[in-house]
Amino acid sequence: MKQIFKLTYWNHVNGWLLVLPAVFMISLFTHFPIGSSMIHSLFSMETATRPSTFIGLENYAFLMDDDIFWKVLKNNLVYSLCTVPLSISIALGMALLINGKIKGRSLVRMAFFTPTVLPMIAVANIWLFFYTPEYGLFDQIFAFFGGGSHNWLGNPDTALFCLIVMVIWKESGFFMVFYLAALQQMSPELREAGTVEGSGRWYYFRRVTFPLLMPTTLFVTVNAVVNSFKLVDHLVIMTKGGPDNASSLLLYYIYENAFSFWDTSYAATLTVVLVTILAIITIIQFAVVEKRIHYQ
Amino acid sequence: MKIVKSGIQKIRVLLLAVILLSLSSMAFATELTMFYPVAVGGPLTKLVDSMIQEFEAEHPQITVKAIYSGNYSDTMTKAMTALKGGTPPHLSVILSTEIFTLIDNDAIVAFDDLVTNDQEKQWLDCFYPALMANSRTGGKTWSIPFQRSTIVMYYNKDAFRKAGLDPEKPPATWEELVEMGKQLTLRDADGKVTQWGLEIPSTGYPYWMFGALASQNNQVLMNQAGNQTYFNNPDVVGALRFWLDLGKTHQIMPEGTIEWSTLRTDFLEQKTAIMWHSTGNLTAVKDNATFDFGVAMLPAKKQRGTPTGGGNFYIFKQTTPEERKAALTLVKWMTQPDRTAQWSIGTGYLGTRPDAYETDLLKTYVKDFPAAAVARDQLKYAVAELSVHENGRVYKILNDAIQAALTGSKTPEAALEDAQKQADRILKRYR
Repeated sequence: MKQIFKLTYWNHVNGWLLVLPAVFMISLFTHFPIGSSMIHSLFSMETATRPSTFIGLENYAFLMDDDIFWKVLKNNLVYSLCTVPLSISIALGMALLINGKIKGRSLVRMAFFTPTVLPMIAVANIWLFFYTPEYGLFDQIFAFFGGGSHNWLGNPDTALFCLIVMVIWKESGFFMVFYLAALQQMSPELREAGTVEGSGRWYYFRRVTFPLLMPTTLFVTVNAVVNSFKLVDHLVIMTKGGPDNASSLLLYYIYENAFSFWDTSYAATLTVVLVTILAIITIIQFAVVEKRIHYQ
Repeated sequence: MKIVKSGIQKIRVLLLAVILLSLSSMAFATELTMFYPVAVGGPLTKLVDSMIQEFEAEHPQITVKAIYSGNYSDTMTKAMTALKGGTPPHLSVILSTEIFTLIDNDAIVAFDDLVTNDQEKQWLDCFYPALMANSRTGGKTWSIPFQRSTIVMYYNKDAFRKAGLDPEKPPATWEELVEMGKQLTLRDADGKVTQWGLEIPSTGYPYWMFGALASQNNQVLMNQAGNQTYFNNPDVVGALRFWLDLGKTHQIMPEGTIEWSTLRTDFLEQKTAIMWHSTGNLTAVKDNATFDFGVAMLPAKKQRGTPTGGGNFYIFKQTTPEERKAALTLVKWMTQPDRTAQWSIGTGYLGTRPDAYETDLLKTYVKDFPAAAVARDQLKYAVAELSVHENGRVYKILNDAIQAALTGSKTPEAALEDAQKQADRILKRYR
């Protein structure tokens, strides 16, 4: 009895010791910054002449009145609601396409994956010229079909959607890789069984392939949602959030507050909001969606 | 015994001497870190590097680590982050307008406190006064002009000829600008524009272009103390209305905002006959234009006008006296008339001091390429660039207002009224 107790006791200690480095790193780089942002958001902005003082929830009250905050939040929701489902469905479509035996498969695979390998800054610089009025790629295509010139990024109605299109192009290839890996793992016997039972291709996809891909879909969705909040590199190059904040996103607004206004306490306040949003979304995803997933 | 002891002593003395010598030679070699931004086209980094090499060859006791730090706002961000992290650069080229932000953060030293003799004191006064407007506040000089510019009008002479206009008579007033712009705007059979008359960029640095329009309407955007803006002044509102009308009413410019970073390509691709841009682009345009182009001063409404622009040298406070002295030496060297001339030719930026234009180098260059002198001649109409406390925030307020008006989501009146209110809320603390 004593022996067993000792053994399990040491097992626990061993286990904790093994995860200790990871726990330490995560606390240092994730939990500590979150905590310090929360505390920081309760203080006023520090300058050389005025030290930072405790102001309670004043930053949060200012946030409620801040029109730009609400605008970027709305933009971010539109941005997420467009990029996440679209890039995931395109990724799935592409994966299904190149999982089958088609001619020039490796070439197509490479083509689909290339956008992922390019750095975002390079992509943004290329797309900036795609969207240039008149001689940009899109306007040249439009001109070929008799369309006029479009000020894609200079019009508040189109700027955000231009960014969305670019991000979908960039992200889909990355998610495709996960789907492709999952599809390759799938046992061919299932397919054979399906054929014997006489299931059509669509029926087979709906009833067998897609449910089996659900763990991958959850993983990809979480990543896509998080990315839609944390990827803002292209804004710096393409629009700087303009015109008049029409294409600005939450993280970019945080960056502006922290590094061009040097208002670190308001930036901390916005960060707390961002973390809260992401935490809620992730909890919902894991708590609700995971129950309906079939793990093999 | 005694002999042995003195032998040891000799060795000790010798050792001490060696150590002292090596220490003193180490103390002589001052290492400086300098951030510098590149905001316009062309191989500027190469030019800066070669100038630094030349400086190091002449001053073996100083080594300079020049770090290319992105555009102006990136450089400011880097310098401020480094400052808050406790390791600011020794000196940096930063927008002249960041003066209040840098002072408020206790980041920099005034040059008046660094210069020692009369010759150096005179050096502070040898630059064009218009360029010093953004360097001085509270009776002190906080920065030294380096890569400075004004906005000039680049125009396509071939397009002028094709439109039946005199290529040697660019528009000198707002009325002429609109009139010629209409002749320069070409449309095909379907009414699609194939060439615009004019493009004024409205991303990147919209407040800067706006400063030009406002000063042409005889109104500056802020006071010298940097704690009051005049955004809702009727003449400022009139300037924004004119900007909007160029696209909306006169239709000589694309509607919506115009991208700063692709504007030069627009001009080089002959998609626009006229562009307003920094003089800092002059050499890049000259090297790449496949057509005959001219450079002119900006047109006048009530008067001609342009803000100055560009970056100045700042020396940071967190430095030792030796480092400050070395930094001062570098700044003085970089702003010598010859060096200034070399820099101006290499980039198109202004020669920052009148005597630079007296050097053989720049004299010959200007004679062969008169466009290079336009920015200098325009200096007599130049005003200070928008510069206030909490600059980043106030810039955003004004930039958003300009873009809101240009994209039609607010009227110029409403946009600037809102901007003034927001700016007042921030700046009243500094009054």
